[in-house]
Amino acid sequence: MSNVAIIGASMTRFGERDGWVRDLLAEAGSACLDDAAVAPNELDHLYVSNMASGEFEGQTGVPNMLAHDLGAVPAYTQRVDQTSSSGGAGIYAAWQSIASGASEMTLLVGGEKMTHRTTGEATDVIASLTHPVEYKQGVTLPSFAGLTARAYLNEYDAPRESLAEVAVKNHRNGVDNPHAQFRKEIDVETALDSPLVADPLRLYDFCPITDGSAALLFCPVEVAREYTDTFVRVAGVGGATDTHVVHERADPTTMGGVVESGRQAYERSGYDPEDIDVAELHDMFTILEFLQYEDLGFAEKGHAWEDAVDGVTARDGALPINTSGGLKSKGHPLGASGVAQGYEIYQQLLGSAGDRQVDADVGLACNVGGFGNCVTTAIMEVN
Amino acid sequence: MGFDAGRCPNGHLTYPPHPRCPECGDEQTGTVDLSDDTATVVTWTTSYATPPGVREPNTLAIVAFDDHDVRALGQVTTDDVAVGDAVRPVHVDELRDPAAGIREPASQAWDGYRFEPVE
Repeated sequence: MSNVAIIGASMTRFGERDGWVRDLLAEAGSACLDDAAVAPNELDHLYVSNMASGEFEGQTGVPNMLAHDLGAVPAYTQRVDQTSSSGGAGIYAAWQSIASGASEMTLLVGGEKMTHRTTGEATDVIASLTHPVEYKQGVTLPSFAGLTARAYLNEYDAPRESLAEVAVKNHRNGVDNPHAQFRKEIDVETALDSPLVADPLRLYDFCPITDGSAALLFCPVEVAREYTDTFVRVAGVGGATDTHVVHERADPTTMGGVVESGRQAYERSGYDPEDIDVAELHDMFTILEFLQYEDLGFAEKGHAWEDAVDGVTARDGALPINTSGGLKSKGHPLGASGVAQGYEIYQQLLGSAGDRQVDADVGLACNVGGFGNCVTTAIMEVN
Repeated sequence: MGFDAGRCPNGHLTYPPHPRCPECGDEQTGTVDLSDDTATVVTWTTSYATPPGVREPNTLAIVAFDDHDVRALGQVTTDDVAVGDAVRPVHVDELRDPAAGIREPASQAWDGYRFEPVE
């Protein structure tokens, strides 16, 4: 059984925020320490998950800045950048720090400040992760989603409406999340009538541009018991890559990094896909929820859309997906998103998810960077 | 001005080239010019929200070359394209405005190939 515990969690409100990355990170980091009643000088390690604070606002060196602002000096710090999966990579790094014995108290804070940029500028910052031969063609992450959605719908005869069902479900879940950027229900017709962004995908197939931050506090189980009886265990984590150049993949509808990181997380935790009670998947685009659902073994290839249409993935379904509202309605502040996925699973396992609560002893979070270029999967369990 | 794929001693092709073959790990020691080959559209999209310096709308396709076992992604010369269409590469001096985006203009090439449908 895993010896790595999570004893505290926090997230800021996601959306358009007045604060800059420094303010957002400090808000979530401070709230997480308060949540666990741990003093800043007890931190051995402090990790910051962030993709592009230098590009977005000209602020680098954020981990040291946060250590100082939180009163955590001389804690060891490190920035974790794995583009959109920086948060999940932070969970991986924090787990490593505790499992290895290098740290007995590690605070992970993920955050990003994006909304002061135009949509075009923010899209360009994110697209800068692509290979030069992709970038010069004007490729964006949404255009990869359009290319993949067309391939998926063609290959598996999936109805276009099934993607809209993902958006409708995640917006429904987001209504009950006080931290979400959008707390508004939509219907299938609204999603299908929204403007084309990357044919065949429309506005409601995409997550918004978001400011926000989230935090998790890790320590060994024996240390956790000194503070609280209510904590969760990190049962297993996995991390993997796929090709940098997206068109070099043999099957555009499979994300190899999801398959491999999931395999590792299942193996390390001893759990199988059938054991997972609730999951947060990286729905930066609706089509990604289908790809991860299949690549993590929740459905056979080409059948995830059926579970979305049949309500299996709804909050009251057999396997609730994105009870938080997902990136779709909660928002996607790059470095924060993977940490916020962990926040949702933590709340679900502790029975603290309020109106979003489902019955869950084991939860999974899958965080996707690039267009499946780098992926982490974490499985958590009740203590 | 060629459309070069990388080739390793075992005959594996990739576009773009890499220092080592992603398939077998051997060094890529040669290139194959794809500019005279035709290709078939695997999937496509038209992007209506493009970054600074990129044409809008921007129709893009992933294509599989007919005479070489390799794929590429590129702009399409028309918005009227379908999966399975036959296309050929046409050279363009500047695919997007190098000065408008976040990437350092001197760090990469900006010319390249679009795909044009063939009858």
